[in-house]
Amino acid sequence: MSEQLNRSGRGVYVQGNDIDTDRIIPARFLKCVTFDELGPALFYDERFDSDDLPKGHILDNPAHRGASVLVTDANFGCGSSREHAPQALQKFGIEVIIAESFAEIFHGNCTTLGMPCLVMPAEQRRALAGLVQQNPDAEFLIDIEQCTLIFANQSFAFGMKESAREAFLTGRFDPLNELLLGQEAIRSVAEKLGYAETV
Amino acid sequence: MGKNLYQKVWSDHLVGTLENGQFQVFVALHLIHEVTSPQAFGMLKDKGLGVAYPKRTFATVDHIIPTDDQSRPFSDPMAERMMEVLSEATETHGIEFFQPNTGSQGIVHVVGPELGLTQPGMTICCGDSHTSTHGAFGCIALGIGTSQVRDVLASQTLAMDPLKVRRIEVTGELASGVTAKDVTLHIIRTLGVNGGVGYAYEYAGPVIDAMSMEERMTVCNMSIEGGARCGYINPDATTFEFLRGRERVPSGADFDAAVARWGSYASDVDAEYDDVVVIDGGAIEPTVTWGVTPGQAISINERIPDPALAAGLDQELMEDALRYMQLDSEAPIAGTKIDVAFIGSCTNGRLSDFKAVAEAIKGHQVANHVRAIAVPGSEKVDADAKALGLDHIFREAGFEWRKPGCSMCLAMNPDKLVGDEICASSSNRNFMGRQGSSTGRTLLMSPIMVAAAAVQGQVADARVVFDLKEVG
Repeated sequence: MSEQLNRSGRGVYVQGNDIDTDRIIPARFLKCVTFDELGPALFYDERFDSDDLPKGHILDNPAHRGASVLVTDANFGCGSSREHAPQALQKFGIEVIIAESFAEIFHGNCTTLGMPCLVMPAEQRRALAGLVQQNPDAEFLIDIEQCTLIFANQSFAFGMKESAREAFLTGRFDPLNELLLGQEAIRSVAEKLGYAETV
Repeated sequence: MGKNLYQKVWSDHLVGTLENGQFQVFVALHLIHEVTSPQAFGMLKDKGLGVAYPKRTFATVDHIIPTDDQSRPFSDPMAERMMEVLSEATETHGIEFFQPNTGSQGIVHVVGPELGLTQPGMTICCGDSHTSTHGAFGCIALGIGTSQVRDVLASQTLAMDPLKVRRIEVTGELASGVTAKDVTLHIIRTLGVNGGVGYAYEYAGPVIDAMSMEERMTVCNMSIEGGARCGYINPDATTFEFLRGRERVPSGADFDAAVARWGSYASDVDAEYDDVVVIDGGAIEPTVTWGVTPGQAISINERIPDPALAAGLDQELMEDALRYMQLDSEAPIAGTKIDVAFIGSCTNGRLSDFKAVAEAIKGHQVANHVRAIAVPGSEKVDADAKALGLDHIFREAGFEWRKPGCSMCLAMNPDKLVGDEICASSSNRNFMGRQGSSTGRTLLMSPIMVAAAAVQGQVADARVVFDLKEVG
C-alpha cells in the first residue's frame, strides 16, 4: 500500500473565494532560480505589513502552527500559473488542500508535486471550516481511496479529479517517467506533424 | 457529426493514454521565459535528462527586464542572475533565445505571433497563464507550471485531462469606442472568474469575426481570467493574412499548402459543443474593474454594486474588495481619481493598441498629477511604433515611452506602484498587490480608456473625452 493513500495532520482555515496565486506568493518572490526559499514568503503580504511585522494572520496563529491541511473556499489558486504558489505552500508545510473548487493550472501543479486537492460542496466545506477553527488540535484522517475524511469525530466525503486520485493511488503523481516511456509514439506524432527534422 | 477545433487539434497531437487515465499530448511549440523556466532546467539536470526537441522551444526575457536602463548587468542582481541562468541553459541545450537588442525580444505572447512561430492547429505551452493569447490563431495554447515545463523540455509532451468546449458567440456589432478589451471584461463579468473551469472557450460570432488578429489576441489572452484552461478562435482569412510574410512562416507554394492545412482545423459547421453562450455584442460598453478580480467589473456609466445585494461569500468578497480599493458601493466608477496610467502588457501592448491611443491623445495632455507610462510589448512593436512617430505623440502628451517588457502588469522589474496608488491599467489582473505595492490598486480597462483616464486624471468615458463617434 502506498503511503499516498492516507494523509493526516492538523488543519487551518484560510478564508476567501478566488484567492489568486499573486496573493499566495507575491511576484517579487518569484525572483529566484530555485524554489527552495519560498516557504516563508507564503501569503507574505497578507501575513506581514510593509515593515515586515506580523499582521496576525491565521497561518501565524500559534494554535494552528504546524498545520498541514489547508481548508479554504472556492476557486483557490486562480490567476498566474506560477508553480511558485504550490511550492511555497508545500515548503511552508501544507500537504493537502480542501476547497469548493480549484483553478485548473494550480490544481495540476499541486498534483504533480504530490499535494492532493480535495473538493467538497459548499455546505459541507463550510461545516468543515468551522470545525477546523474550533479544533486546532484535531487531526485529519484522509482516505484517498475511499474519498472520505474524518475530522473532529465527523466524517466527510470529498471529490477528486479521477486522474489525480488514480495518480495518488498508484503513487505516480509525477508523470515524467511515464511520459518518457513513449519515445517512439512521440517520434511518430512529431513526424506526422512535420516536426521530425527539428529533432 | 462534425468536430470542433479543440477536438481536431487534440486528436492530431495525441500520443497515448497514461495509466492514471490522463492523455499524453505532443506540444508543437514550447515558449519559455526567465521566471518559470530556469528551475525546470535545474530539475532536468537533477534527473540527468536533456532537452528532447530543442528546436521546438524558444526563449525570451520579459518579466524582470527593466524598461528604462537595460544595460547589463541589470541593477537588480537577482534579475541579472535569472537572465544568466536562462542564457546558460538555452546555450547548453541549443534553444533559440530572443535576447534584448536583437530586434526579436519582447513579451513571450507578443513575440510568438509576430515572428509567426504561432500557427493554427498547434498545441502551444508556456510556463505562463496568458499563453491562452495564442489561441487567437486557432491553437490550443496552455499555461503550465514549472514541473510541466520540465516535462515538455524532457519529452515534448504533456500529461493532460481532456477539456469541455464552450462556444461563446458575440453577436451584433460593437459600438464605437468599444474595444476587444471591453468584450473580454464583459464576458468575464457575465460568466464569472471561475465560470470557465474545465472548459476551452471557443470565441465566435460576428463581433469576433470582424476583429483584427491583435484584437483577437486580447480576447483570448484573458480566457484564463475567466477560469477557462484556454481560449481559441477559428482560423480564417484574417488569420492567414496576418501570418503571410512573417519571418517563421513558410512562403510561396508552401504558404498556400500551410493555409489549406490551417483552415482544416477550424470547427465544422455541425460541430458539437458542451455548452453555448450568446453575448449581445451591441450592448457592450467600455468596461472598468472596480474590485480585486477581473470579474468585478462594470460599464463606465454604472455604479459600483452594493455588496448587501449579494449572498454569502460573494458579499464578503465584495466588501473586502471595496475596503482594499477604498471605493464606496453605489458610487459611480467614472470620476475615480487615478495616480498612474499604464499602457502595455501581453493583453494590450501591441502596435494597434498604441496606434489607437496615439490617434486619440493628439492635442491632449496627461493630467499633472498622473504618472503615465507606455511600454511596447516587443522590440518590433517599439520599432514599428517609432517608425510611425507614435512615441513622439505619446511623449508630447506626457507619457513616458519605455523599452519592451511586462513592466507594471506584475511589477517584477523596477516599474511599480508606490503605497496605495491607483492605476488605470491596460493589463489583465487587478489582484491585490499585483502592480508591485501590497496596497496598490488597479483598475483594468482598454488602452483608450486608460488614455482618457490619464488625460482627465480620473476614470472617464473615452468616447466623450476623445469625441469618438462613427470610427471603430
